[in-house]
Amino acid sequence: MPMQPQEIEDLIRAAFPDARIVVQGDDGVHMSAMVIDESFRGQNRIQQQRAVYAALKGKMDGPSGELHALALTTKAPE
Amino acid sequence: MNPAARLAADAMNAVGVGRTLDMPSEKEPQMNTETQIKETVTANDVVLFMKGTKSMPQCGFSSRVAGVLNFMGVEFADVNVLADEAMRQGIKDYSDWPTVPQLYVKGEFVGGCDIITEMTLSGELDQLFEQNGVAYDKDAADKIREANA
Repeated sequence: MPMQPQEIEDLIRAAFPDARIVVQGDDGVHMSAMVIDESFRGQNRIQQQRAVYAALKGKMDGPSGELHALALTTKAPE
Repeated sequence: MNPAARLAADAMNAVGVGRTLDMPSEKEPQMNTETQIKETVTANDVVLFMKGTKSMPQCGFSSRVAGVLNFMGVEFADVNVLADEAMRQGIKDYSDWPTVPQLYVKGEFVGGCDIITEMTLSGELDQLFEQNGVAYDKDAADKIREANA
Protein backbone atom coordinates (compact mmCIF):
# COMPACT_ATOMS: atom_id res chain seq x y z
CA MET A 1 0.00 0.00 0.00
CA PRO A 2 1.50 3.33 -1.04
CA MET A 3 1.63 6.01 1.62
CA GLN A 4 0.15 9.46 1.45
CA PRO A 5 2.53 12.38 2.01
CA GLN A 6 0.39 13.43 4.97
CA GLU A 7 0.72 10.01 6.53
CA ILE A 8 4.50 10.18 6.26
CA GLU A 9 4.52 13.69 7.68
CA ASP A 10 2.29 12.63 10.60
CA LEU A 11 4.64 9.77 11.52
CA ILE A 12 7.66 12.07 11.45
CA ARG A 13 5.70 14.79 13.25
CA ALA A 14 4.93 12.43 16.13
CA ALA A 15 8.64 12.05 16.80
CA PHE A 16 9.66 15.62 15.93
CA PRO A 17 6.75 17.84 17.03
CA ASP A 18 8.57 21.13 16.41
CA ALA A 19 10.36 20.23 13.19
CA ARG A 20 9.98 21.85 9.81
CA ILE A 21 8.87 18.95 7.62
CA VAL A 22 8.35 18.93 3.87
CA VAL A 23 7.24 15.70 2.21
CA GLN A 24 7.16 15.51 -1.57
CA GLY A 25 6.37 12.92 -4.20
CA ASP A 26 3.05 11.66 -5.46
CA ASP A 27 3.36 7.94 -6.10
CA GLY A 28 3.52 7.11 -2.39
CA VAL A 29 6.40 4.72 -2.97
CA HIS A 30 9.25 6.96 -4.05
CA MET A 31 9.03 9.98 -1.79
CA SER A 32 11.29 12.63 -0.41
CA ALA A 33 11.26 14.29 2.97
CA MET A 34 13.16 17.20 4.43
CA VAL A 35 13.25 17.41 8.20
CA ILE A 36 14.78 20.38 9.98
CA ASP A 37 14.86 19.99 13.72
CA GLU A 38 16.78 21.43 16.63
CA SER A 39 17.42 17.94 18.00
CA PHE A 40 19.72 17.27 15.02
CA ARG A 41 22.25 19.83 16.18
CA GLY A 42 25.54 18.13 16.93
CA GLN A 43 24.45 14.84 15.35
CA ASN A 44 26.01 13.46 12.21
CA ARG A 45 23.81 12.61 9.23
CA ILE A 46 23.67 8.93 10.09
CA GLN A 47 22.33 9.71 13.57
CA GLN A 48 19.85 12.23 12.16
CA GLN A 49 18.50 9.90 9.51
CA ARG A 50 18.36 6.92 11.89
CA ALA A 51 16.09 9.00 14.11
CA VAL A 52 13.77 9.74 11.17
CA TYR A 53 13.75 6.11 10.04
CA ALA A 54 12.89 5.12 13.62
CA ALA A 55 9.91 7.48 13.50
CA LEU A 56 8.70 5.71 10.36
CA LYS A 57 8.50 2.49 12.34
CA GLY A 58 9.54 -0.02 9.72
CA LYS A 59 7.53 1.50 6.87
CA MET A 60 10.78 1.76 4.93
CA ASP A 61 11.33 -1.93 4.52
CA GLY A 62 7.93 -3.51 4.76
CA PRO A 63 7.69 -6.74 2.76
CA SER A 64 4.92 -5.14 0.72
CA GLY A 65 7.35 -2.35 -0.12
CA GLU A 66 5.03 0.14 1.49
CA LEU A 67 7.55 2.91 1.13
CA HIS A 68 10.28 1.67 -1.13
CA ALA A 69 12.36 4.78 -0.99
CA LEU A 70 12.31 7.95 0.99
CA ALA A 71 14.98 10.41 -0.03
CA LEU A 72 15.90 12.13 3.21
CA THR A 73 17.42 15.49 3.90
CA THR A 74 18.02 16.24 7.55
CA LYS A 75 19.59 19.22 9.25
CA ALA A 76 19.47 21.48 12.26
CA PRO A 77 17.96 24.96 11.79
CA GLU A 78 20.44 27.58 10.53
CA MET B 1 33.94 -19.92 14.33
CA ASN B 2 33.48 -23.46 13.00
CA PRO B 3 35.96 -24.77 10.39
CA ALA B 4 33.48 -24.50 7.51
CA ALA B 5 32.71 -20.89 8.35
CA ARG B 6 36.42 -20.15 8.66
CA LEU B 7 36.99 -21.63 5.23
CA ALA B 8 34.22 -19.56 3.67
CA ALA B 9 35.52 -16.41 5.32
CA ASP B 10 39.04 -17.08 4.07
CA ALA B 11 37.74 -17.67 0.59
CA MET B 12 35.95 -14.36 0.73
CA ASN B 13 39.09 -12.57 1.84
CA ALA B 14 40.98 -14.10 -1.03
CA VAL B 15 38.58 -12.51 -3.50
CA GLY B 16 40.13 -9.16 -2.71
CA VAL B 17 39.42 -5.61 -3.73
CA GLY B 18 37.68 -4.54 -6.88
CA ARG B 19 35.91 -7.78 -7.62
CA THR B 20 32.28 -8.65 -7.41
CA LEU B 21 31.77 -10.72 -4.31
CA ASP B 22 29.36 -13.52 -4.95
CA MET B 23 28.23 -14.72 -1.59
CA PRO B 24 28.57 -18.48 -1.68
CA SER B 25 25.04 -19.79 -2.08
CA GLU B 26 26.05 -23.26 -0.91
CA LYS B 27 27.33 -21.82 2.34
CA GLU B 28 26.73 -23.57 5.63
CA PRO B 29 23.33 -22.58 7.00
CA GLN B 30 24.98 -21.70 10.32
CA MET B 31 27.42 -19.38 8.59
CA ASN B 32 26.70 -16.21 10.47
CA THR B 33 25.71 -13.34 8.20
CA GLU B 34 27.05 -10.80 10.66
CA THR B 35 30.45 -12.51 10.62
CA GLN B 36 30.32 -12.64 6.84
CA ILE B 37 29.66 -8.88 6.65
CA LYS B 38 32.37 -8.09 9.17
CA GLU B 39 34.92 -10.12 7.21
CA THR B 40 33.92 -8.42 3.96
CA VAL B 41 34.15 -4.85 5.25
CA THR B 42 37.44 -5.65 6.99
CA ALA B 43 39.03 -7.29 3.96
CA ASN B 44 38.09 -4.49 1.56
CA ASP B 45 38.75 -0.78 2.08
CA VAL B 46 35.59 0.24 0.27
CA VAL B 47 32.48 -1.97 0.10
CA LEU B 48 29.09 -1.15 -1.37
CA PHE B 49 26.15 -3.33 -0.39
CA MET B 50 23.72 -2.78 -3.23
CA LYS B 51 20.84 -4.14 -5.28
CA GLY B 52 22.47 -5.62 -8.35
CA THR B 53 26.15 -5.32 -9.14
CA LYS B 54 28.34 -2.35 -9.92
CA SER B 55 28.24 -3.23 -13.59
CA MET B 56 24.51 -3.95 -13.54
CA PRO B 57 22.73 -2.13 -10.72
CA GLN B 58 19.07 -3.05 -10.25
CA CYS B 59 17.84 -0.02 -8.37
CA GLY B 60 18.23 3.69 -9.06
CA PHE B 61 19.67 4.45 -5.65
CA SER B 62 22.25 1.69 -5.82
CA SER B 63 23.02 2.78 -9.34
CA ARG B 64 23.65 6.34 -8.26
CA VAL B 65 26.17 5.44 -5.55
CA ALA B 66 27.93 2.83 -7.69
CA GLY B 67 28.01 5.40 -10.49
CA VAL B 68 29.69 8.00 -8.28
CA LEU B 69 32.32 5.51 -7.12
CA ASN B 70 32.93 4.25 -10.64
CA PHE B 71 33.19 7.77 -12.00
CA MET B 72 35.63 8.73 -9.24
CA GLY B 73 37.73 5.70 -10.09
CA VAL B 74 37.42 4.21 -6.62
CA GLU B 75 38.27 0.52 -6.27
CA PHE B 76 35.42 -1.07 -4.37
CA ALA B 77 33.89 -4.44 -3.68
CA ASP B 78 30.19 -4.76 -4.40
CA VAL B 79 27.87 -7.14 -2.60
CA ASN B 80 24.57 -7.86 -4.32
CA VAL B 81 21.97 -8.20 -1.57
CA LEU B 82 19.38 -9.44 -4.07
CA ALA B 83 21.46 -12.59 -4.51
CA ASP B 84 21.18 -13.55 -0.85
CA GLU B 85 18.05 -13.12 1.26
CA ALA B 86 19.99 -13.50 4.52
CA MET B 87 22.36 -10.77 3.40
CA ARG B 88 19.49 -8.51 2.37
CA GLN B 89 18.16 -8.50 5.94
CA GLY B 90 21.54 -9.03 7.61
CA ILE B 91 23.09 -5.84 6.31
CA LYS B 92 20.16 -3.83 7.68
CA ASP B 93 20.59 -5.41 11.10
CA TYR B 94 24.37 -4.97 10.98
CA SER B 95 24.22 -1.22 10.41
CA ASP B 96 20.84 -0.56 12.05
CA TRP B 97 19.91 1.14 8.79
CA PRO B 98 16.72 0.18 6.94
CA THR B 99 17.75 0.76 3.33
CA VAL B 100 20.20 -0.36 0.67
CA PRO B 101 22.65 0.81 -0.75
CA GLN B 102 25.07 1.07 2.14
CA LEU B 103 28.65 2.25 1.78
CA TYR B 104 31.45 1.12 4.09
CA VAL B 105 34.94 2.62 4.18
CA LYS B 106 37.59 0.86 6.29
CA GLY B 107 34.90 -1.11 8.06
CA GLU B 108 32.84 1.95 9.02
CA PHE B 109 29.31 2.55 7.74
CA VAL B 110 29.32 5.88 5.90
CA GLY B 111 25.73 6.17 4.76
CA GLY B 112 23.08 5.47 2.17
CA CYS B 113 22.31 7.13 -1.13
CA ASP B 114 21.25 10.53 0.23
CA ILE B 115 24.24 10.87 2.54
CA ILE B 116 26.72 9.79 -0.14
CA THR B 117 25.17 12.23 -2.61
CA GLU B 118 25.43 15.10 -0.11
CA MET B 119 28.99 14.13 0.82
CA THR B 120 30.01 13.94 -2.82
CA LEU B 121 28.68 17.42 -3.55
CA SER B 122 30.12 18.96 -0.38
CA GLY B 123 33.56 17.40 -0.85
CA GLU B 124 33.28 15.44 2.40
CA LEU B 125 33.56 12.17 0.49
CA ASP B 126 36.92 13.35 -0.94
CA GLN B 127 38.09 14.10 2.60
CA LEU B 128 36.94 10.73 3.85
CA PHE B 129 38.85 8.93 1.08
CA GLU B 130 41.94 11.06 1.73
CA GLN B 131 41.84 10.39 5.47
CA ASN B 132 41.59 6.67 4.81
CA GLY B 133 44.18 6.45 2.07
CA VAL B 134 41.63 5.44 -0.57
CA ALA B 135 42.73 6.39 -4.10
CA TYR B 136 40.26 8.42 -6.13
CA ASP B 137 40.22 10.83 -9.06
CA LYS B 138 39.91 14.34 -7.67
CA ASP B 139 39.26 15.82 -11.14
CA ALA B 140 36.35 13.44 -11.66
CA ALA B 141 34.93 14.41 -8.25
CA ASP B 142 35.23 18.08 -9.22
CA LYS B 143 33.42 17.34 -12.50
CA ILE B 144 30.51 15.83 -10.57
CA ARG B 145 30.32 18.96 -8.44
CA GLU B 146 30.54 21.27 -11.47
CA ALA B 147 27.77 19.36 -13.22
CA ASN B 148 25.53 19.66 -10.15
CA ALA B 149 26.40 23.21 -9.14
